[in-house]
Amino acid sequence: MCSLDLFPPPLCEGHITLYELNNELVSGLQNDEEVYNFQAQTLGFPSVLIRKESLKPHCRLEHSAKAAFIHHREPVWKRSANACRCVELTPILFLILVPKWLKALSCCTLAVARWARAFHGSLSPHLKVRISADASRTGCSLRAFAWHPHTDKFAVALLDDSIRVYNSQSETVPTLKHRLQKNVAALAWKPLCASVLAVGCQSCILVWQVDPTSLSTRPSSGCAHVLSHPGHCPVTSLAWCPKGGLLLSASPVDTSMLIWDVATEICVPLQRVGGGGVTYLAWSPDGNRVLATTPSSVFRVWETRTWTCERWPTLNGQCQTGCWSPDGTHLLFTVEGESVIYLLTFLDTGELLGKVGGSKTALICADLSKTTFEIEQAEIRVGGEVQSMVWDPSGERLAVILRGDPTNVESKTLVAVFKTNVSPVFELLPCGFIQGEIDAEPQFLSFHPNFKKGALLTVGWSTGRISNIPFYFVSAQMSRPSPGRSPPRDSLLSNTSVICFQPIQGSAPVVSRVINILHKLPLQIHFSVFFFSKTSFSGLSI
Amino acid sequence: MESAPGGRLVSKVLSWRAAAAIAWSVLLLPLSTFSFIFLSRISLLHPVQWATDSLQEMYNSYTAFSLLVLAGIVVTIGTFNTEFYTVEPSIPCSRIALLGSVFHPQRLLHSVVHAALGVLTAWCTTVLVGGRYHLMSAPSSQDSVGVEGLYLNEFHVFLLVGGAFFGYSYSLRYFINNMNYLSFPAIQQFKYLRFKASLWLVVKYSAVQSFYFLRNYCLLYYFLGYVPRAWISASMSLQKDSSVPALDTLSGLLDPPLLYVAWLSGTFLLLTWYLTWLLFKIFITEVYQFPVQLPFGEDADRCLPRVLTSKVSPLVKCLALQDLALLSQYSPCRRQEVFSLSQPGGHPHHWTAISSECLALLRDLTHTLTAYQEVAAGNGRVKAVPLTAEKRALGSSAEALGYNEAASYQPALRTSHLSHTPRSSPLFKSSNSSVRSLLSFPFTPDLSSPFVSPMAPQQGEALDMASPCYGSLQSPHVMRRGPKLWTSASRASGCIPTAEDYLVPVSCPTPETVRPSGLSHWLLHRQEQVKVFLSRRVPVVYLFHKLPEASSQAVFANSQIHIWALEGLSHLTAASFTEDRYGVVQTTLASILSVLLSLQEAVDKHFKLPHACSRPARASGSLADSSYRTLRFALRSALKTSIYRITSTFGEHLGAVQVSGEHRKRLQQFLTYKV
Repeated sequence: MCSLDLFPPPLCEGHITLYELNNELVSGLQNDEEVYNFQAQTLGFPSVLIRKESLKPHCRLEHSAKAAFIHHREPVWKRSANACRCVELTPILFLILVPKWLKALSCCTLAVARWARAFHGSLSPHLKVRISADASRTGCSLRAFAWHPHTDKFAVALLDDSIRVYNSQSETVPTLKHRLQKNVAALAWKPLCASVLAVGCQSCILVWQVDPTSLSTRPSSGCAHVLSHPGHCPVTSLAWCPKGGLLLSASPVDTSMLIWDVATEICVPLQRVGGGGVTYLAWSPDGNRVLATTPSSVFRVWETRTWTCERWPTLNGQCQTGCWSPDGTHLLFTVEGESVIYLLTFLDTGELLGKVGGSKTALICADLSKTTFEIEQAEIRVGGEVQSMVWDPSGERLAVILRGDPTNVESKTLVAVFKTNVSPVFELLPCGFIQGEIDAEPQFLSFHPNFKKGALLTVGWSTGRISNIPFYFVSAQMSRPSPGRSPPRDSLLSNTSVICFQPIQGSAPVVSRVINILHKLPLQIHFSVFFFSKTSFSGLSI
Repeated sequence: MESAPGGRLVSKVLSWRAAAAIAWSVLLLPLSTFSFIFLSRISLLHPVQWATDSLQEMYNSYTAFSLLVLAGIVVTIGTFNTEFYTVEPSIPCSRIALLGSVFHPQRLLHSVVHAALGVLTAWCTTVLVGGRYHLMSAPSSQDSVGVEGLYLNEFHVFLLVGGAFFGYSYSLRYFINNMNYLSFPAIQQFKYLRFKASLWLVVKYSAVQSFYFLRNYCLLYYFLGYVPRAWISASMSLQKDSSVPALDTLSGLLDPPLLYVAWLSGTFLLLTWYLTWLLFKIFITEVYQFPVQLPFGEDADRCLPRVLTSKVSPLVKCLALQDLALLSQYSPCRRQEVFSLSQPGGHPHHWTAISSECLALLRDLTHTLTAYQEVAAGNGRVKAVPLTAEKRALGSSAEALGYNEAASYQPALRTSHLSHTPRSSPLFKSSNSSVRSLLSFPFTPDLSSPFVSPMAPQQGEALDMASPCYGSLQSPHVMRRGPKLWTSASRASGCIPTAEDYLVPVSCPTPETVRPSGLSHWLLHRQEQVKVFLSRRVPVVYLFHKLPEASSQAVFANSQIHIWALEGLSHLTAASFTEDRYGVVQTTLASILSVLLSLQEAVDKHFKLPHACSRPARASGSLADSSYRTLRFALRSALKTSIYRITSTFGEHLGAVQVSGEHRKRLQQFLTYKV
């Protein structure tokens, strides 16, 4: 089991983690000019810094238009006379016919309805959970973030309810605004598509069509279409099927999660008894399973063939966050109130319908309890609850936001990075802490979905900066899986298939001959696999 | 339609499924009946009496008898569902077409039978409710001893006629909302879970519908209620009880218990019928797993490739394509079977059969779309292209193999009807040219020809109605002709278009009939005058005005099979990158890409037409599935996803595939995610 004691101590104040090379995290001074240019130059990604002051303040704080009118008192007869002057009969009738008691009755009904709603809220405390979680973010100008699964493009939702789409190839930054786009809580790009972005808002899901070739900086709201379902708001979590097409949406208030066929706007609600709403969704990269957490101490793992689920009544508190290994066989999750990471493994169920295939027990694989480091005569306490957790698409790095204790000055919110290994045995090794500028706290994490030289972690900081931290390493899995697809189980098979493809204009017998050779020489193949995995692989020729 | 032995086998499975659905709805009947009894005796002030009353009623012999009758009704409804389902929705392109579809003789029969079943159900509910509603005749309510004999019980009459009205309205809604259209679910769930998920919706929907039906019925009864009452009292020689207010007066009709019972029995009727319908739908659209290959050749007709390529009923075809889409996505070992080679011989028969069938389907769609665009671009003038597509759809997929498919890969099982001319199937060419030559004489010369008149579509409509479209595939030309109906109606004096269009199917079989003679010329001239006169009248324009967007919907009406074909093909192709050991898929990769890209082009063009891009308002909470209205969007996104699936899997390797220059450019856009 990995614990924080084994980690190298965090950097001292003023240093920023820049990248990982040769198994070491390299840092630079905060005020150094080169540090800021590093990202833009080496990686080619736009550096983003959005200060809270630069955003337009919320103009919708006042929800009712009451203030715009002056209260005016007039007796009924005077009003009738006024109406008579306007020669309209219906208002008069209306004035006369609507009696006092009707008014009183409607007031009473309204009061009862409000009371019932309040009662409903007190019965299900989870309804307030998300709101408080959101409130903690209000200090930050960034609300949500999503990398495009195939290209160097990402979308950031900002505090003023606008979304900006940055692209490494072009200078134009489209800003998406819509009447219904309020309190954006989730962003998700559709896989196997260039332009579709789903946005989870206060009242609905907006599906934007962001034309990659367009030069417009303000796409019209006609580019978005609205998906809404009664009772399904606010939408706080979205997940696209990695195979394309289906969108899952969840709301902590709604007990059912919805599967949308986005093109036809048809939704299928999936509902199971217990747990309240659904707070967090994570679709496994191979597309076979979905993690759905609830506000109570239950979470579910669904399989996506027939949509049956396994229920996990975790003991203490709700499941906070979870992430899947690239092949969809390992699930890491954390529980609120506990400072450990649990591991769940899943078996390949093959063709069996309605089986999720989860193991019977969850193992503790990392201990993140509070640890004290001494740097320059100052004590820094690290550890505690996990706020969010992401796993890189190659399955080699795991980044975790460790929430600090706001009441304690020494305690810091930090990003801890682990090295991971899924096959043959699951391993979790310490890599290091990632530190930002002074007083910057990490808000969200995301790994670039197809970074060729290792892994690229994107961190959004509370100062409004989005920084990219590359981890340069050679992946142990030799052939990188194409994005959105599960990597092949054993690398040998993938090698042969690459060969298979080479003689595309040739005839089939050649291919089978190559395979035969491969089958006859198992030792050499293993050797070659090993050899290629240690060097950069460009092509295989025998 | 003659069906292959494999198809027959599957049809047997389907009939078993339908039977199981009916059996389940009969089994559910006691539950709904008991809840109906329970609710009909509601008395909040005496709960104990309420409970005991309803319990007693349940053991009544009347109840048992009416349960028996209800079971019979449910079986009949189930049978009607089985007879009337379709996998391709009928989309009326004008109001007159809608009227025509409602008053089609077969549908009229459906409505009449449902009205009769409604009366029966209402009679059962009156028996179950008992009390003052029970019998047709009742003793006088006045206690005066002198009055003897029985009087007509108008409450009973009200409920019975109400049953007829509800049954008829149900049948109307059934057709107007295309409830006979089987839409396949977006995700696969177990039957029980699907039923559970939709149960509450069915209950809510029938309660609300019952409310609206009751409102309409009350209005109707208020004005015309004396007719059935007088008729029944005359035929049964029962007198009207003068002491009770008649129900076609305001005071008589505003009777809360009566309205409640009427609403409740309406809800009960709709609930049992909709449940039957729902169960039928759930059972029949369940995935059927076709074997890809069987160890012994005895049942080869049952295999997926054979079912796909042979003439089977459209539902079986749908199920086969659905199974293909699923196996390509979820089932590695069945994919392996698809990629396998035949023993002995080493031919990839499975893959060739499957891919050529899918490609043929997609090519058809491309042809249809281009033809439609030509119509739209040429102000309704149509060429004879769609006809070929239609023939293709009817026939098997034999001819349309890939452009550069190796001869060695041609399937043995189809060599009998495989023509060895390399490209552009002979069927295509011959039919095309023959039709052209047929049409060229009467239709092409002058635009003021008598055939081209705004009234023409009406005849087309008549044809439409005559075509048998129940249970079997609607002949595709009917569907395809739909959109073009009355394209000119909006242009005031309506002229050029559509005539050739609707006449194509007629003129094909018997070309002699359309040779114009002098007399017919004169007749047609007169006819045209009448039509021009009519086309300026408001109600006519209203009836014949083409509904916007409907034509676009109609083109994509059966696109579900195209979506499955796309998914199946693209998933299989993507999986072949790692799983195809013999390079079977490589041989067809070029033709797959070219078909997908040309379809993409056609679809892109289609969405630039007016009305194609507008989305119909989504009706949430409705039981009727309106997914067919937005199928074109689904097809567009499925197509894009499919191409991306292939390009993202193969990546730069696609450079080695031979495609035309235009397509290469398009492919490059997909590779760089610019589309």
